[in-house]
Amino acid sequence: MDVEIARTLDGALAYLASRPDAEPIAGGTDLMVEMNFGRHRPKAVVAIDRIDELRELLVAHGRVRMSAGVTYARMLREEIGSPAMRQAARTVGSPQIRNAGTIGGNLGTCSPAGDTLPVLAALDASVVLRSASGDRRVPFTQYMTGPKKTIRRHDELVVAVEWNDAGDAQVFMKAGTRNAMVIAVASLALVVDGRRSRVGIALGSSGPTIIRATEAERFGEGLMDETGWGRRRVPSDAALAELGSRVAAAARPIDDVRGTAAYRRHVLSVMARRAFARAVLLA
Amino acid sequence: MKLSLRLNGADRTADVAPHESLLTALRERFVLPGSKNACDQGECGSCSVLLDGELVCSCLVLAAAAEGREVRTAEGLTPDGGLHPVQRAFVEAGAVQCGFCTPGLIVAADALLRAEPEPTVAEIREALAGNICRCTGYGRIVDAVQRASKGIYE
Amino acid sequence: MTLAPPRPGTLVKVRGVIGESPQRPDAADKVKGEFAYASDLRADGMLVGSTLRSPHAHARIRSIDVSKARAMPGVRAVLTAADLPTRELIGLMKLDQPVLARDVVCYVGEPVALVAADDVDRAVAAAKAIAVDYEPLAPVSDPVAALRPGALQVHEKGNIIDSVRVVHGDVRATADVVVSGEYEVAMQDQAALGPEAGLAIPDEDGGVTLHVATQWLHEDLRQIAPALGLPERKVRLVLAGVGGAFGAREDISLQVHCCLLALATKRPVRMSYGREESFFGHVHRHPARMWYEHGATKDGRLVYVRATVVLDGGAYASSSPAVVANASCFAAGPYRVANALVHGVAAYTTNPPAGAMRGFGAVQTCFAYEAQMDKLAAACGLDPVEIRVRNGLREGDAIITSQPMVGSAPVAEIVRRCADLPLPAERIPTDPLLLPGGTGNLTAGEGVVRATGYAAGFKNVCYSHGFDDSTTARVRLMRDARGPIARVHTAAAEVGQGVVSVMLQVTRTELGLERVELDTPDTSVGSAGSSSASRLTWMAGGAVQAACREVVVELDRRAAARGVSRRDVGLPALLDEPIDRTVTYRHRPTEALNETTQNHGHVAFLFAAHRATVDVDLGTGLVRVVQVATAQDVGKAINPLAVIGQLEGGIAQGLGLAVMEEIQLKDGRVRNPSFTDYLLPTILDMPPVLCDVIEHPHPDAPYGAKGVGEPPTISSTPAIVAAIRAATGKALNRVPVRPDDIVFGNESRSGWRIAPGADPATAERA
Repeated sequence: MDVEIARTLDGALAYLASRPDAEPIAGGTDLMVEMNFGRHRPKAVVAIDRIDELRELLVAHGRVRMSAGVTYARMLREEIGSPAMRQAARTVGSPQIRNAGTIGGNLGTCSPAGDTLPVLAALDASVVLRSASGDRRVPFTQYMTGPKKTIRRHDELVVAVEWNDAGDAQVFMKAGTRNAMVIAVASLALVVDGRRSRVGIALGSSGPTIIRATEAERFGEGLMDETGWGRRRVPSDAALAELGSRVAAAARPIDDVRGTAAYRRHVLSVMARRAFARAVLLA
Repeated sequence: MKLSLRLNGADRTADVAPHESLLTALRERFVLPGSKNACDQGECGSCSVLLDGELVCSCLVLAAAAEGREVRTAEGLTPDGGLHPVQRAFVEAGAVQCGFCTPGLIVAADALLRAEPEPTVAEIREALAGNICRCTGYGRIVDAVQRASKGIYE
Repeated sequence: MTLAPPRPGTLVKVRGVIGESPQRPDAADKVKGEFAYASDLRADGMLVGSTLRSPHAHARIRSIDVSKARAMPGVRAVLTAADLPTRELIGLMKLDQPVLARDVVCYVGEPVALVAADDVDRAVAAAKAIAVDYEPLAPVSDPVAALRPGALQVHEKGNIIDSVRVVHGDVRATADVVVSGEYEVAMQDQAALGPEAGLAIPDEDGGVTLHVATQWLHEDLRQIAPALGLPERKVRLVLAGVGGAFGAREDISLQVHCCLLALATKRPVRMSYGREESFFGHVHRHPARMWYEHGATKDGRLVYVRATVVLDGGAYASSSPAVVANASCFAAGPYRVANALVHGVAAYTTNPPAGAMRGFGAVQTCFAYEAQMDKLAAACGLDPVEIRVRNGLREGDAIITSQPMVGSAPVAEIVRRCADLPLPAERIPTDPLLLPGGTGNLTAGEGVVRATGYAAGFKNVCYSHGFDDSTTARVRLMRDARGPIARVHTAAAEVGQGVVSVMLQVTRTELGLERVELDTPDTSVGSAGSSSASRLTWMAGGAVQAACREVVVELDRRAAARGVSRRDVGLPALLDEPIDRTVTYRHRPTEALNETTQNHGHVAFLFAAHRATVDVDLGTGLVRVVQVATAQDVGKAINPLAVIGQLEGGIAQGLGLAVMEEIQLKDGRVRNPSFTDYLLPTILDMPPVLCDVIEHPHPDAPYGAKGVGEPPTISSTPAIVAAIRAATGKALNRVPVRPDDIVFGNESRSGWRIAPGADPATAERA
């Protein structure tokens, strides 16, 4: 295995272009596990954790641009233009993992259990990919195509993710059978964006990709239209229950070692009800 | 391949395998076995070290990618001829049983107390949630960190 | 053995005696990262060993081709069953397990071949290059099915590893109030943080020295030497640093393999499992299915208990006979009951072998009988404290094996004192971090209900049923330039529990001397027995105490010979020659098992009670344990701080079994062999613990100290589940309790109908 330590983004991209068998490594929190267990050992890796350009974090004019090398720990320390993203970052692994792991790594691996991914989906974020031939911007929902599958070409790097600042009415929740350091049995991000009259709801660990609960989103928008955006009125229990069942219906969960499909649907509906009730009070 | 880094305050060099973790390099190449190998996947914190001052699991750091960086291990926290305040607090509080998790916890507790000299119990628990201890049930560990926090880091 | 009462050796106040909490002698090295665990050991010219394991739960081995592996660069030895020096089997209580599988494999993970190579990568690659041709056989996954007539046999002698019947009083007794239930305990892993490791160094005499992390050096030796075809004197074992044990190091894992590779290559060989291999490389807690019926008077006094207990022993026996004996003897709990019928069986299956884990046998049945006691309390209109107080064993009462309680048996007292400890002061919090789900941000109080639950439990200390239980200690008192010093040598394995402190404190107390050092445990001194059954405080404490007292006798003899008193002349003057005394200590003998298990099979009993307070989120089905309170009778706290550490640590393992820890099996395969999916409690999961340490000295135990380690794990689990039941109203007849069980009220069903107390071979499909 060859190891290249990239100092610049162009250097990293040039290396990837020249080595079709190379993989990027940043925090190492996913790839190193595969390597330690001998499950996967690439022929070459390029370390991209020293590239200053990948550490930029811009929150300005209602737009957030988070570069790929931003760690979860930084998301907790700095202004990042998304309370839900911060809540998601807090649930990632442990302090050790949050100091090393990055948003780019979450996007690079793209596990359905990736904690920040439902937030990106709910925010309608765009993933910025760069190769030697230039940039392309792809909505997150198109970027992820399956479990650990994305449209990223081998010679591309995720360099940043961008979203519109959607205000304070955002909630991320994650269910797991331990109070910390647990992989999501199911997770949910919910955004009530009063400025754009938009509700975004996305589900993690609930199917082969992050799932947007579009029926529930429309229903949520209808509820907000009725009660008034920004008026901080919690909908009726019946309305919340309907929202919850629409979220549950959107999920495509399976039974696995971490939980059952039935529980996942159930807890998604509970999370949706609670998250919506919490979010409207923050609007 | 060659790996040179600043290790516990000294410039050190060793031959490492390209795919191996910093933890393996520390234990096998630099013969610093204080960082422990309990899970190899970042789920236990026993291998915690400071990498350029940041608390990380050394099992998840590619050794070759640590070229030129500064690493401090549990061994490196120990002052000459004595104990670091956190180490002393762990000994006095009865926070050590089998001790396999202890070096990682010492490094993590030190990192916490540098950032927050007087943490609340909730802050201690959240900050140490990545360090599994199978012996103590954590009660004496919380006590040790509270003892160490009292004035020492101001 | 008659012992003289303790006598202070000098008039000088000695620090670090019994009853104090001196710092552990190994603590400084441990906090500095300088303590040498087995996985830290190295030797010049050392090779690294690797193990090829079965991917099948049950299969015939048609052939093994090692030619490719042997030809790989850096590979120094490849061994299969065909290369073994002997056909000796290994096993803790029955010699039933091959060192390497020969014709069949009986569980996923069974060792099939060994490699020694220059480094780990080469060793692992070579093991992968060994081609094994398997013919898969049907797995035997259900222990109840395995016990029925006509079941496929795992081994030649049938699928019963051992069975125990307890027949006490009138087995047909009837009662006004009857409650029954089926219960399940899933497979728990000891998950000691230090993975299995050892370093074998060939000796010039053709023997071998093995440095290894183990619980019992001499038992390892008993199994290793015949398997190597060597006399015991040519196999030397030295205790390497042990990173926790909890029962998992009582069986042989890599000991024989490591020695075989060293002898084959004539070079030192280190073996060190990773976490995944560790899940396959040691035994686990027995999964259990239990069918219970309790009968009582209307005012809640027990009339009878009937129970059938089926333990899944897995592919090899390990300690199953002792586990099923415990489960059966303690099946009615620490309560007075005149009539009982218990049928316990440990079955062979093609699941991973089960063996020792903290509180073995007692843990499984305590979960069931404490659920039954709560059902009984509800049926009789009593609260959980009162039903336990009313039925609790008192001194002189007999348990269902007809053995009377001698010394302290304060069940009503521990339950009452536990209940008297303060409840959490604060109300249900609003910060999600402190609520069920923790960092998952699931609730700020929505759906959360708080409740408490109680449980009490008991277990034997030391070995039972006629086993010749002994510990040997050698104490050497001498003088050096700094004055008198005592050296203590035993084979007692320090696994984290603090037996090193106990031995130092006992020596200081007996000799009145602060300077005491411990020799590294090895097989050059007599056996200490295992670090198990909560026994070393009693046994190693007793042996060191006895050896010290013989040293004192010699001191007195020397003083008398010079016509002076020992106290007047002082220690240095009497130590022109060192004094060296070796004593083998035994507790009072116990009786062997008989057909109805009505006998004095145990030397003494440990008792604890737990009260758990939990917050349960009824919406998500998640649980936050808010507080655990415990009262435990330890006889005498030799080191109070270490006692607290044992109580808190044991409760953490009980909490794990209650709400998260489970090795999930499917057709014999472990689905979650990693710390990602086998969840251990973190510091955020473990609540504050309130401890009331009760000291009623046991008349037979050194200083009255009974032992501490297991009771915290036994009744903490049922107390937590009782609290969750109180919060949810759900039956919850299985641990760990899963969110599904709380949300949907799922009950565990084995699919078998068995009359409680009946032979499980009579089970019928439900």
